[in-house]
Amino acid sequence: MSFYGIVDGSESSLKHFLAQLPGVDQVGAESRAAMLATRSIKTTSKRWAIDTAISMVDLTTLEGADTAGKVRALCSKAVRPDPTDATVPSVGAICVYNDMVAIARTHLDSIGGKHVPVAAVSTAFPSGRASMEVKIQDTQDAIDAGAAEIDMVIDRGAFLSGQYGLVFDEIVKIREVCGERAHLKVIFETGELVTYDNVRKASYLAMLAGADFIKTSTGKVAPAATPPVVLVMLEAVRDFYQMTQRRIGVKPAGGIRNTKDAIKQLVLVNETAGPEWLTPEFFRIGASALLNDLLMQRMKLDDGYYASPNYVTID
Amino acid sequence: MTASKKVANRAITPRLEVKKTYKLFINGAFPRSESGRVYEVSNSRGGFIANPSLASRKDLRDAVVAARAVQSGWAKATAYNRGQILYRIAEMLEGRADQFASEISLASGVTLKKAQDEVHTAIDRWVWYAGWSDKLSAAFGATNPVAGPYYNFTIPEPQGVIAVAPAESFLAVIDAIAPAIVSGNTVIALVPGSAAIAAMTFAEVLATSDLPAGVINILTGSHDELAPWAASHMDIDGFDISGIDKKKRTDLKVAGAENLKRILHFDGAISPTRIYAFMEAKTVWHPIGV
Amino acid sequence: MTFEYAPALESRSIVDIKAKYGHFIDGKFVPGKKHFATINPATEEVLSQISLGGQSDVDKAVAAAQKAYTKTWSKLSGKERGKYLYRIARILQERAREFAVLETLDNGKPIRETRDIDIPLVAAHFFYHAGWADKLDYAGLGKSPQPHGVAGQIIPWNFPLLMLAWKVAPALATGNTVVLKPAETTSLTALLFAEVCQQAELPNGVVNIVTGDGSTGSTIVNHPGINKIAFTGSTEVGKKIARAIAGTNKKATLELGGKGANIVFDDAPLDETVEGIVNGIFFNQGHVCCAGSRLILQEGIADELIEKLKDRMAKIRVGDPLDKNTDLGAINSREQLSKIQELASVGDSEGAQRWSPACTLSAKGFWFAPTIFTGVTQAHRIAREEIFGPVLSVLTFRTPQEAIEKANNTPFGLSAGVWSEKGSRILWATQQLRAGVVWANTFNKFDPTSPFGGYKESGWGREGGKHGLAAYLKEGK
Repeated sequence: MSFYGIVDGSESSLKHFLAQLPGVDQVGAESRAAMLATRSIKTTSKRWAIDTAISMVDLTTLEGADTAGKVRALCSKAVRPDPTDATVPSVGAICVYNDMVAIARTHLDSIGGKHVPVAAVSTAFPSGRASMEVKIQDTQDAIDAGAAEIDMVIDRGAFLSGQYGLVFDEIVKIREVCGERAHLKVIFETGELVTYDNVRKASYLAMLAGADFIKTSTGKVAPAATPPVVLVMLEAVRDFYQMTQRRIGVKPAGGIRNTKDAIKQLVLVNETAGPEWLTPEFFRIGASALLNDLLMQRMKLDDGYYASPNYVTID
Repeated sequence: MTASKKVANRAITPRLEVKKTYKLFINGAFPRSESGRVYEVSNSRGGFIANPSLASRKDLRDAVVAARAVQSGWAKATAYNRGQILYRIAEMLEGRADQFASEISLASGVTLKKAQDEVHTAIDRWVWYAGWSDKLSAAFGATNPVAGPYYNFTIPEPQGVIAVAPAESFLAVIDAIAPAIVSGNTVIALVPGSAAIAAMTFAEVLATSDLPAGVINILTGSHDELAPWAASHMDIDGFDISGIDKKKRTDLKVAGAENLKRILHFDGAISPTRIYAFMEAKTVWHPIGV
Repeated sequence: MTFEYAPALESRSIVDIKAKYGHFIDGKFVPGKKHFATINPATEEVLSQISLGGQSDVDKAVAAAQKAYTKTWSKLSGKERGKYLYRIARILQERAREFAVLETLDNGKPIRETRDIDIPLVAAHFFYHAGWADKLDYAGLGKSPQPHGVAGQIIPWNFPLLMLAWKVAPALATGNTVVLKPAETTSLTALLFAEVCQQAELPNGVVNIVTGDGSTGSTIVNHPGINKIAFTGSTEVGKKIARAIAGTNKKATLELGGKGANIVFDDAPLDETVEGIVNGIFFNQGHVCCAGSRLILQEGIADELIEKLKDRMAKIRVGDPLDKNTDLGAINSREQLSKIQELASVGDSEGAQRWSPACTLSAKGFWFAPTIFTGVTQAHRIAREEIFGPVLSVLTFRTPQEAIEKANNTPFGLSAGVWSEKGSRILWATQQLRAGVVWANTFNKFDPTSPFGGYKESGWGREGGKHGLAAYLKEGK
């Protein structure tokens, strides 16, 4: 097989390609991200950023204690985040475990949420420690239940021990299972990869293997979607587009708790990959608590005074 | 009661003070000793002043855990940041100079004027130490012209967790703590006798000075009881025993040999070597070549 | 789907600029005689009238500094001197926002830079030097080193308050008193600093500020009451000063121009290198003596890197310096703008290829788009002469030795940059480079503990660190 004509899928071809990528200077990357965090986004641009961020949220519940009731409440919130304000956009997607997908899809369809896709985490999320057969079944179940997006995890153990071919092959196989029915996000768990060089390598590995989106974290490990990590991933998708004319999406997940954090992410996108990525088609934010803070900030811009949590709904 | 008697009574009875309870200062909080013990501090005429906590070996154990947990973060702070925090402590000390002076005078029996001089010396001494944080490399670091194509440099680094057992005075407490922490060590101070009074006011200063919790811990009590436990503790890296009776120092040094603890005492001359005494020097080699 | 950033202006209401200023002599503000206008280079609005200091003003200032030195300052212990400097540092921190806004108005540089870089460094310099005041015996300059007396200090317009801090802090810490002349176009933060000296209760005459132009500076340099001169400015004026003091006992440190080489090897961390190049030449509008104004690229990666550089330059936001999102502010004066424009035309006529991203520049004020010239060689004037603006000249090299030769092939020697992921190569390059400041995998980083100064025609002496104290001290008895 030929992957964009860049690698042939063999371990040696991958190792060779990854080894010639330029290194990432930690201090330089962190200071670039820190400078972009000083951008001051006000008034009209803040309003635009808030609405855009809302439309990019993958509203998530991934708890052992999830029930049908919880998932339905989340879905209602996803379609209509503010029951008192119809101008608030729906979120980008719902993200749940595969055994909740059918419940989510059915409920969304019944409340006018056909336009909200269901994403399922897969491949023995969050640890990724299971056989390939189990991971494939995990994915297949989710798609059969109605998931239009699959968020898989890479095998970090294999990555950290240099078995890039193994990591690559798993992504290729899951991409095959997704076929035309679902888009594939590949989660790196950047907190476990630790170095920015590893994040860059993982980005290319995933994109070459067929990812539609690259995603920072499971949200179960800290640190998660820090600005410099997202910066490195945005550089990767930018450069990949130059190489292949294929636009890959980026999804930070975990640690983005408030509007300020979300806007910093949008600034990173804007000044790194570019405005073409500023749409839910190419940028998503994995979050749960963030949505209410976005709503409160939106209220403050509209009303002119600070909001209270009493005026936004819990899901 | 007649009106005149009421007035007379009101004139004699002064306003009752809300007296301070003395506790220990561990990890930024003020717990009592886990042993529940206290000891009495009286003034020079034998009058009661307070019951400071009598710290136990378990309090010491807890203080070491706290000091160890925050030490690498304190060492990683920039020298500028440490200097700023120490200077802030001096600002808070200055604001309370009168309180310190009256407490020292009361507890030790010296005149108020002598106590004020001691406080001013202590504050200025603290400021002097604060100014060293970003100059230690200039004094104790070096690039070394080795006979080969190598870049070779020496960096001074803090040792880790240091215990100090100062003599029974406020100035001695300051002189023991400042040089240990300015380079990035964390400290457990064993404060004896009547020095507990001013030392706990110092703890209040520390709690209001942006100093991260656990960097300085203060245990009031008995040197005889606690010093041997500090000397033998395997997770303490250095021990300043300047305030320990000369006759008792040998046993402590023997106990400290178990983890090759750096057990030192200083004769009172003020110099940056007291800072360097609780530092290590790391020398790095790197080839120079295209 | 464009993300336009709405205006995010820092408020000016925090500053209170007087209509007219005099000088600060012997602890008091005294009126001046002749005045000239100082303007906001972003709008050409007149901010205030500044006094043109003459012989009598300088005489009074030097006399005040001498009296303060003899009667007060030299009698204080280092410990007490240090406390004044700590107070000054803390008040600067308290009034940081006010100073940042004032500096931006007077100089034209973006508020983000004054707020996040200039002013914090100013406070840090005073804080650092406060700690040296009572530790001079440990500075490696002999036992009990002594100050010179009165220091005459002349500073430039590119980092007005920071250059003041670089001069005043070590001078005072070492026991000297000061007569300082800020630059003609940027006197306001120096005059506000005088207020800080008053708030800190600094004894009268320890710091004196006389405003004016080149003639005022000359008067200070030539004044017999000045024991030591500290000058930051052009190499041309530096040479004039060196000639003027040749027959005297005056000591001098000179911090002059540069044409910094920024060397990029093919194993550089590319994205961070692009950031470093941009920072190296466009930070502070390129008004930086140590700017990385000559980019020396390994030939094999030149095309790729220049493309990335152009993409990055297209994201530079040129605009109102008071807008928190502005990256590149105004050129400091009409005069400086003409110099930049002239040298840029020279670049065109020398056959180099000029490129700038599309920029809307305001009609009022002094503006120059960020610009690169490719196809530059050592023989071009734009590779040789300091432009002092946002103009980068790009050259290439084949071997490491060639890179070093090109980098060193200049009468200047202030700064250089090296970009590579290979440690030994970086150390090899830093060993070969004839420059007083070498940045590896970074650029334009400053710290009070880090000595700064140049080789060759970039000047004499160092500022900052233990080395920076040497200029203000002589051996004790």
